[in-house]
Amino acid sequence: MSQRVLMCGNEALAEAAILAGCDAYFGYPITPQNEITAYMSRRMPEEGRVFIQSESELAAISMVFGAAATGKRAMTSSSSPGVSLMQEGISYLAGAELPAVVVNVMRGGPGLGSIAPSQSDYFQATRGGGHGDYRTIVLGPSTVQELVDYMPLAFDLADQYQMTVLVLADGILGQMMEPILFEKRPGRELPPKDWALTGAKGREQNIVRSLWLAEGKLEEQNRKLQAKYDQIQKNEVLCEEYRLEGAEIVVVAYGIAARIVRSAVSRARQEGMPVGLIRPITLWPFPTEQISRAAEQFRLFLTVEMSSGQMVEDVRLAVAGKAPVLLHGRPGGGVPTVDEILDIIKELSVSVKR
Amino acid sequence: MKTVFARTPSLKDCPTHYCPGCGHGIAHRLVAECIDELDIRERTIGIAPVGCAVLLYDYIDVDCIEVAHGRAPAVATGMKRTNPEKIIFSYQGDGDLASIGAAEILHAGHRGEQLTVIFINNAIFGMTGGQMAPTTTLGQVTATTPRGRTAAEQGYPLQVSEIMALLPGVIYVERTALDGAAGVRKTKKAIKHAFELQVEGAEGLALVEVLSPCPTYWRMPPAKATEWIKTEMTKVFPLGRLKG
Amino acid sequence: MTTNGFCEEVIIAGFGGQGIISAGKLLAQTAMKAGRQVTYMPSYGAEVRGGTANCMVVVANEPIANPVVTRPNSLIAMNKASLNKFGPRIKPGGLLVMNTSLIDTEPDLDKTIEVLAIPIDDLAAELGSPRSANMVAIGAYLQKKGHLTPDAAAQALPEVFAKRHHQTLPVNAKALHRGTEFAANGS
Ligand code: SF4
Repeated sequence: MSQRVLMCGNEALAEAAILAGCDAYFGYPITPQNEITAYMSRRMPEEGRVFIQSESELAAISMVFGAAATGKRAMTSSSSPGVSLMQEGISYLAGAELPAVVVNVMRGGPGLGSIAPSQSDYFQATRGGGHGDYRTIVLGPSTVQELVDYMPLAFDLADQYQMTVLVLADGILGQMMEPILFEKRPGRELPPKDWALTGAKGREQNIVRSLWLAEGKLEEQNRKLQAKYDQIQKNEVLCEEYRLEGAEIVVVAYGIAARIVRSAVSRARQEGMPVGLIRPITLWPFPTEQISRAAEQFRLFLTVEMSSGQMVEDVRLAVAGKAPVLLHGRPGGGVPTVDEILDIIKELSVSVKR
Repeated sequence: MKTVFARTPSLKDCPTHYCPGCGHGIAHRLVAECIDELDIRERTIGIAPVGCAVLLYDYIDVDCIEVAHGRAPAVATGMKRTNPEKIIFSYQGDGDLASIGAAEILHAGHRGEQLTVIFINNAIFGMTGGQMAPTTTLGQVTATTPRGRTAAEQGYPLQVSEIMALLPGVIYVERTALDGAAGVRKTKKAIKHAFELQVEGAEGLALVEVLSPCPTYWRMPPAKATEWIKTEMTKVFPLGRLKG
Repeated sequence: MTTNGFCEEVIIAGFGGQGIISAGKLLAQTAMKAGRQVTYMPSYGAEVRGGTANCMVVVANEPIANPVVTRPNSLIAMNKASLNKFGPRIKPGGLLVMNTSLIDTEPDLDKTIEVLAIPIDDLAAELGSPRSANMVAIGAYLQKKGHLTPDAAAQALPEVFAKRHHQTLPVNAKALHRGTEFAANGS
């Protein structure tokens, strides 16, 4: 497909996963990501690959666990309440160091919440989400094209670091259509999966486990995980800067919120206001260094997110008191408008001038 | 000269951590023997439960995975569907399979997954200290039924095999007991058949429920425990082939 | 929204079954084929079942940042509820395409907004295809705005409708042109 095609985010990411060599998809229906499951039910068998509609999200992530343990590329997708159920499996994937890709097309919470778009699973995504000391790599695309481009990256990162990569989208991104290009890019050079369970033929038994009872063994295992996470923080941060030249105010936003902010920033610039945007693309590892550097230069930070304020905590940690960090949050399925962001920027520009 | 008690190669040569008189050690040996007799060691993947048998892989020398409590049938599904040529078995206790994993085993059976399930029923939670299992019998005293299980308070013992046998996707269900030499022989035959079906590519799930002693939390000596299986357990969990 | 240059933000709204979603997709597909930047965002889930449906389409010459349309340049209102909900949000100088088959009141809007009153359902019924009302609407809208041609839209039809509906392509093309004709001649 070297031509632009019009696709919704959910279907586009599904096709991108197939192109990235996803061997198996397991999922349970939940709005607003049902197009992924439906698309996979059609396309995976066409490609001779595995599709199962599981009995629950618990089962879906466990099926991913099983397929991943045999060295296959496996994924699941869900939306917020379903991803809560998957946390058990994600913790086990972390403990057992198995690669997996999980897509969360976020909707409003807590509880059953609503089916409106939201970004309120940021904490869950970036703090590990389940029990234990672990992380998942979290990608926060903001266009359908980025969804397409980051799926192969998600699989590569998962395989390279033997861990879960979470693709954090939201209802708008999943549902909206944009023209996209599927381009085959070379993937990363990946280590062999010599740990995979393929039958103990001509080698010793392989064991995939997360239980370490011997004294000190689990602590050692945890330190190994942390060393891996340190490497990721050093090497895998992705972040976009937009119109920071001559800025005094920096808005930090990711995903769909960043698109709306971008429009507001571009209009504010037309009106002469000194404002720019930092858009974290990897939410974990968070672009702490980039924001910390920016804090040396810029006077004021504003976080815009579709939650009551979750990413703002990471921004504050990065800014470390060097500048005020304000929040404009829209929880419970609220979507900020360009006008409301513009109004805030206007007010802030006045106060910065003073 | 014929050695009578030769260790089968897929069983590791090490002492187990199980209590004296526990059924797990025997069941492990039977599984290992069947794997070797069918010559499938190099393509078998075993799934350990959460429970006393969580360290299954320390004793059975095949590729193994340890999974979340109750999720073995879902994990097995993920493995088998992506690796149809491999032989996948799960080894699950009654807490794992009949309680927290009830949905997973039901739906694996319902989908007709080509799996071999060894279900060890000892009517109690061993690893966590002798609490009630769904299969605990009426009147049985456990850490969480100190006055004995009653139907009114905790419901009747859950007969998983009978339920599983109802599903079209389940092709073989047999209940056996580790209650003496004859019972052990029958158990091995059943386990072997459950593996054979998968080796032959038979379409559906095969389950063997093994009534197995837990002298420790039944609070009785091993000899009495075997007796209790015969006299008490089999009343609620009748032995024999339920399907296939 | 783009920093400069052409940027058209449309809301198409009505009730479920009026083909709101395919009308939006057709507009998006046509824009893409014409080499434009485009985003399309449908209402989804409960709203679709509850009877109202709407979608937002942004067509521009430059990459589109925000796909969520709060103040449209144009509104295609297929029923009264949609007009009441979205009418007041139309930007000054914008366009309202109003389905008078189902809306019997005069809209009370900013005077700078151009109103095209068109009996969309009646025109579709006259063509013997009541379900093509959405195409009449798109044809009329394109005639007024002129950023894409009805012919281009007709060419994009096969990509918007599933193969099993391809026998309806000719009548839908006809409906597109009927809308265009009405917008041009007032009849
Ligand atoms: S507690 Fe019971 S099941 Fe567990 S090892 Fe001891 S005897 Fe066996």
